[in-house]
Formats: sequence, C-alpha cells, structure tokens
Amino acid sequence: MQLLSPEAIVGSRITNQSLRRWLHSLPGVDKVGLEARAASLGTRSIKTSSKAWALDAAIKMMDLTTLEGMDTPERVKSLCLKALTPDPTDLDCPRPAAICVYGDMVKHAKKALGNSGIYVAAVATAFPSGRASVPVKLLDTKDAVKAGADEIDMVIDRGAFLSGNYLEVFKQIQAVKEACKRSDGSYAHLKVILETGELQTYDNIRRASYLAMLAGGDFIKTSTGKVTVNATIPITMLMLQAVRDWYDEHGVLIGVKPAGGIRTAKDAIKYLVVVKETAGEQWLNPDLFRFGASSLLNDVLMQRQKLKTGNYSGPDYVSVD
Amino acid sequence: MFEYAPAPESQALVNFKDSYGHFIDGKFLKPGKTYQTINPANEKVLAEITYGTEKDVDLAVKAARQAYEKVWSKLPGSERGKYLYRIARIIQERARELAVAETLNNGKPIKETRDVDIPLVAAWFFYYAGWADKLDYAGLGPNPQALGVAAQVIPWNFPLMMLAWKIAPALAAGNTVVLKPAETTPLTALLFAEICQQAELPDGVVNIVTGFGDTGAALVGHKDVNKVAFTGSTEVGRIIARQVAGTNKKVTLELGGKAANIVFDDAPLDQAVEGIINGIFFNQGHVCCAGSRLLVQESIQDELLKKLQRRMESLRLGDPMDKNTDIGAINSQAQLKKIEALVKQGEKEGAERWSPACVIPKNGFYFAPTLMLGVSPANTVAREEIFGPVLSVMTFRTPQEAVTKANNTEFGLSAGIWTEKGSRILKLADQLNAGVVWANTFNQFDPTSPFGGFKESGYGREGGKQGLAAYLKGGY
Repeated sequence: MQLLSPEAIVGSRITNQSLRRWLHSLPGVDKVGLEARAASLGTRSIKTSSKAWALDAAIKMMDLTTLEGMDTPERVKSLCLKALTPDPTDLDCPRPAAICVYGDMVKHAKKALGNSGIYVAAVATAFPSGRASVPVKLLDTKDAVKAGADEIDMVIDRGAFLSGNYLEVFKQIQAVKEACKRSDGSYAHLKVILETGELQTYDNIRRASYLAMLAGGDFIKTSTGKVTVNATIPITMLMLQAVRDWYDEHGVLIGVKPAGGIRTAKDAIKYLVVVKETAGEQWLNPDLFRFGASSLLNDVLMQRQKLKTGNYSGPDYVSVD
Repeated sequence: MFEYAPAPESQALVNFKDSYGHFIDGKFLKPGKTYQTINPANEKVLAEITYGTEKDVDLAVKAARQAYEKVWSKLPGSERGKYLYRIARIIQERARELAVAETLNNGKPIKETRDVDIPLVAAWFFYYAGWADKLDYAGLGPNPQALGVAAQVIPWNFPLMMLAWKIAPALAAGNTVVLKPAETTPLTALLFAEICQQAELPDGVVNIVTGFGDTGAALVGHKDVNKVAFTGSTEVGRIIARQVAGTNKKVTLELGGKAANIVFDDAPLDQAVEGIINGIFFNQGHVCCAGSRLLVQESIQDELLKKLQRRMESLRLGDPMDKNTDIGAINSQAQLKKIEALVKQGEKEGAERWSPACVIPKNGFYFAPTLMLGVSPANTVAREEIFGPVLSVMTFRTPQEAVTKANNTEFGLSAGIWTEKGSRILKLADQLNAGVVWANTFNQFDPTSPFGGFKESGYGREGGKQGLAAYLKGGY
C-alpha cells in the first residue's frame, strides 16, 4: 500500500477551510445525466456464458451479512457454515469473500471459519448511527480488531459532514484507521460507510467519497442497510467514478461496496455491468468490489442452479442460511 | 473476464413480404418496377420495393385529394383524434415488431429502436391526437382550416419517427398525406400502411409511395399538393425550395446541422462525457442535430478528452440486432464512402484522427467512432455535415469565443451547453443561433417541444403547438 500525504493531495495544510475548498472544487454531478446513464446500463442483456461468469463473480464478491439485534453465536455459526458450503449440491460453487457481523460476534465467526480464507468483517464506530464519542468509536474498533476481524466497516459522522465540519469527519476516519492497526503492525482493512441515503445529494456523495479516500479508507461503502435509501445503481456508479479518477490521479486503488437492498441476482448482475463499464475490469475483483447483502446469496444460488440444470428449483432447495 | 455473450433480438418478430407495391387509397397496389432494399448490417436483401413513377404519384395525390374533399375535411376534430389514438395504440402493441423492422432496414442498434425511436413514434401520435379537437387553441385564431393535401418526403436516419413527425400533425390538423420514405428505408413506412388499415383509417387519408429522388421530386412538384414538408439534406432542400418557388404551396424544410456542444470548465464532467457520446454517436451520428463539433474550454481539454476517449473504448460496435450493441451499421455504402472521404479530407488538412480499437464486421457498412483532434474552424470537418460517428474537437478560452465559434457555421439547428452555472446557460441560449439549445443534456426529443432550424438548417417548426402551424392556414 502506497502512503499518500493528504497535504500533498489537497495542496496545503489540512484545515477545515482547505478541505472545503478542495472538496467543493470537484466537478458537480448532474442528477438527470447520472441517472440516465445508470438506467441505460441497466438494459444490458447478460445471457448464457456471461451470466454464469457474473453469478459466480457475485458470490466471490459478497460480504454475507447478518446485522441484527437478535444475532446469536449459533446464528452466526450457521451463516459461516453456509459461506463455507453455499450449495451442497455443487461443491464447485465459489465462496463469499467475507462474513460481516457486529463486533461481539467476530470471535464466533473466526472460530467457525478457521483458516478457510473467508474474511471476517466487523461493523464498528457505533454502527449504524455513528452517534457516540470518538473514544467509544475507537474502542469499538480496537475491540473488533483484537477479536480477529480482518476488515472493519466504519460509519462516518454524517452530522459533522452535513454541518460542514469536514475536518472532523477526516480526523475520525484517520483515527479509526490507526485503531485498525494490529499488534504486528499490519492493518485491518478499512471500509468507510458514507450512509449515502443520509447525505442525500450526489454532490455530497462525491465529496464524502473523496474525503474518505483522502483519509486513508481502503474501501468506500454506500450504506449501513439501516436507512430508507440504501445502495442504488446511480450512487454506486458515482462512487466507482470517484475511485477510478482517484487511481488515475494518485495511483492508489480503492474499493467500492454497495450495501443494502441488493436482493436479486438480476440486480447484482446490473451492478457488475456498471463496475465493468465505469471503473473497468480491474475492479471486478473481491479486493476492489464487494456486495453487502444477506438474502442475495440464495437468489444467486437458485439462478446458478437454473443455469446448470435448466430448471428453476425454488427457495426450498437452498438452505435458509 | 466479463465478456458479454451475444444477445440477439429475434428476427422472427417481423415478417416482410417478398415485394411491396405502393399504398394508395387504402390498398396495397401490385408491385411495379422494383429495386431491392437491404439490411445494411449484412447486405442481405430484405424485400423488393416499387420504384414510384410520376403516374404513381399522381394516383396517390388524387386519392389523397378525394379523401380530403369527401371524408377527412368533413370529420369533426374529435373523430380525427380517435383514429390517431387508435394508430398510437397499435404502434405500442406492435412496438417490438416495428423496432426489429427498423433495425433490420436501417442498421441502428435494437436498443435505440426499442427504447427511443418507437416509443417516440407512439408519443407523437398520442400528442397530436389530443390536438385534433383543440385547434382553436393553436394560436391561429378561431376555427383554423387545414391546407388540403400534404406532400411529405422523409430521410433514412429515423424512418418511422420522421414519418410520425410528418403524418401525426398533418392528420390532426385535418390534412391528408402522400408520404415518400427514403429509398433505403421504406419498410417501416409500409408496415405503418398496414397499421392504417388495421385502424380502419378512411381510404386515401394516408398514402405511401416508395422510390428514389425523382419520385420525391414528382411528389413535391405535383400541381395538386398544398403543402410540402421535407426533412433531409440542405442540398436537396435547396432544390425543393427552387421547385416550389412561385407556387402557393406552403413549405417546411428541416435540413442539415453542425451543432456545437460547448463544455465549460465548471461542467459536470462525467455527465458531459455522456452527453458528448450521446450527441455524436447516437444513431451512428446520422442525426441532423448531432453535436458534431465539440467546443471544450482549453483549461479542461486534457482531462475531458481523457475521459471521453476512455468512454469511447467501452462503446460496443457490431450487430445492430444484439441488445448490447451501442453503435450499429452505417445506413448505406454511399453514406459510408462520404464519411470516409470527409475524414480523409480532415486528416489531409491537419487534424489528428483517433478511434478506439474495435473490430469492424466483415460484411455490412460500419465506421468506428472517431475523434478528429486539433481541428480549427477553417477545416472541412469543422464546417461540413459529416452525418456519421465523427466528432471534431476544438477549444475556446472565453464564453464570448465559444459563442462566436459555435455560431460560425452555415447551419443553425441545435447546440449544447454544459455548465453548472444557470445564468450562463440562459445568456448563451439567447446568443446561440440554433433552433434547439440543450443545457446539460443532448439529443432529447419530445412531441411537446418545437424543433427546427436557423439559417441553412431550414425553416418551419415540427413538434408542439408550433408544429400545427405548418399544417393550418394562417400559420407561417
């Protein structure tokens, strides 16, 4: 990982004013045009061999998620077993990239997954609202890292962002990044959740993406899945444009994770088309693109079975989790 | 990696007859002397089409006159409206078939005929159907009168859409029509004739005569037509203007263009790139209002061109029937040769030619999406309408220079402005000599909006309330 100096990128000392100037000098986003492009990519027709490729890719890029108040160690374990063997009738079926859970479930997930290569991601920083003091957020993060989390999904302080306090948002991300440091000096992978549904405008989403990349996020993620509007194709496309342009300018690859509301294989394929035609094939890779989803896996499995056997089996022929 | 497998639309959705005669007085005549119409994507013959003679034209005009005198002019507007609504609904019902037919005969991608052409055709009929009993409110005084028989000659770039632009307002206003489709793309007009039969439109209200330029000349020159409407090249427009000079025929001409697409440094760049792509590569650039001159502010030239070139790399050229094709076939060999000649001329005059790597199919007529870089306003490719997927790139430094360069053309059909600054959009829209000015978008069409040109791009307006004036007494 190449280390960038935020000062060099912004071109001055990092202050709230310099961040504001930098973020507000980004090109605007035309809502109508962005949504029209997203809709037009949605009409791509993905059939036969390309569909088979896309279904497998969608599984490999999935963060299989359970983020409920009613989560239990048993429930997490059963989800992990599902990840290890998504389709018992087809042992060639690929595995999801990660399991995404609350911090206190990390140890149970780690135990169930062992050295399978499936990562454990933990949401942290007072997920989903992010409304807690900074020391609490950092402790939340450190606790999950200590329990063995490979990845941390943090939320930004939307209140600070919307009130124009970009410096606060920036500092918090940097601090959480430091909290991701393990005792051996390596870092847990940091995904920064923008909660786009609360940022509301596309201009805000572009600015928040840049702020998260500047502060050292490895991934930018759309949503917690806990608000009314979660991942959408136009929002994901906008974030893909941001990481693409960031790579062009600074040579650093940042990942994108849409999360919340992606339930069908058909939707997932649309996202993959958008990745391919916006950021490029390089991003079609679990290191740079993830789906945050809970029910998506089963629909993809059913579509996968249909493609293989020619028959649609139905929800009773895939395990509930 | 993620390659898209072929996703062809089914050809079986449409059944062409082996040969077609003219459609006159509600019936298809026996084919006369014929020529072949082909699929430009693979050069295969689709059907034999009758080459219309002066006699055929006379027969059609007589049928139209009789239908006008005896039936159509006597119907109340509300009744005319019912027929138009019926036609609009049948077009929607047969939309897939019409989209396939248009793609086969024209070469444009199925995703465009399916998502743009045919929905607009239906929208045009629905819109003007609503006007048929409200002509008192067209702004031409109470009870405005129809002209009589309209002679309509349309181009090959949007065959059925141009037919709709012509026939829908003409019938709504109470005229009858004789329409000649372009020689290379007659098939959807002939399917439309079937739709007129299906809608039980009174015989002779719509007549379709197929053929070449001389057939069109015979129609335009016929003594008993009251109105001439033409969409096509400025060259032919001039001939028509000469031909009808000194007669009392009312004329509207919608001719060529060389639109400037002006991108300021504060533009929403990613959407501007989409707008530039849509402006010049939509329908292979066979669009009279295409944004064929890119005027980019010098300070963002490198950034914008980099984004544009990357976006062009993702354009998919190939079989128009494949649902994932972005750029289909050039409509004819003649047009392909014209594009090639103009691009060569541009290179000779010092412009740098750039195209993304793309595989050109062996059969059929194709031209890769092309940028002409470093073009100066004096170059041929900055002045002449290429009517193909070729974009000439120029720069400007100040808003005033942008306006001067944009207006420095013999045409004046359309223009585009890209900026986040609303006040600049309003000011520039005033200063640009173009019939249509798009702001932060391009190539958007709607039946409620008038469309037409300044200078050598023609005169008269189609679409909207203004489009009715072309078919009523008292309008311009």
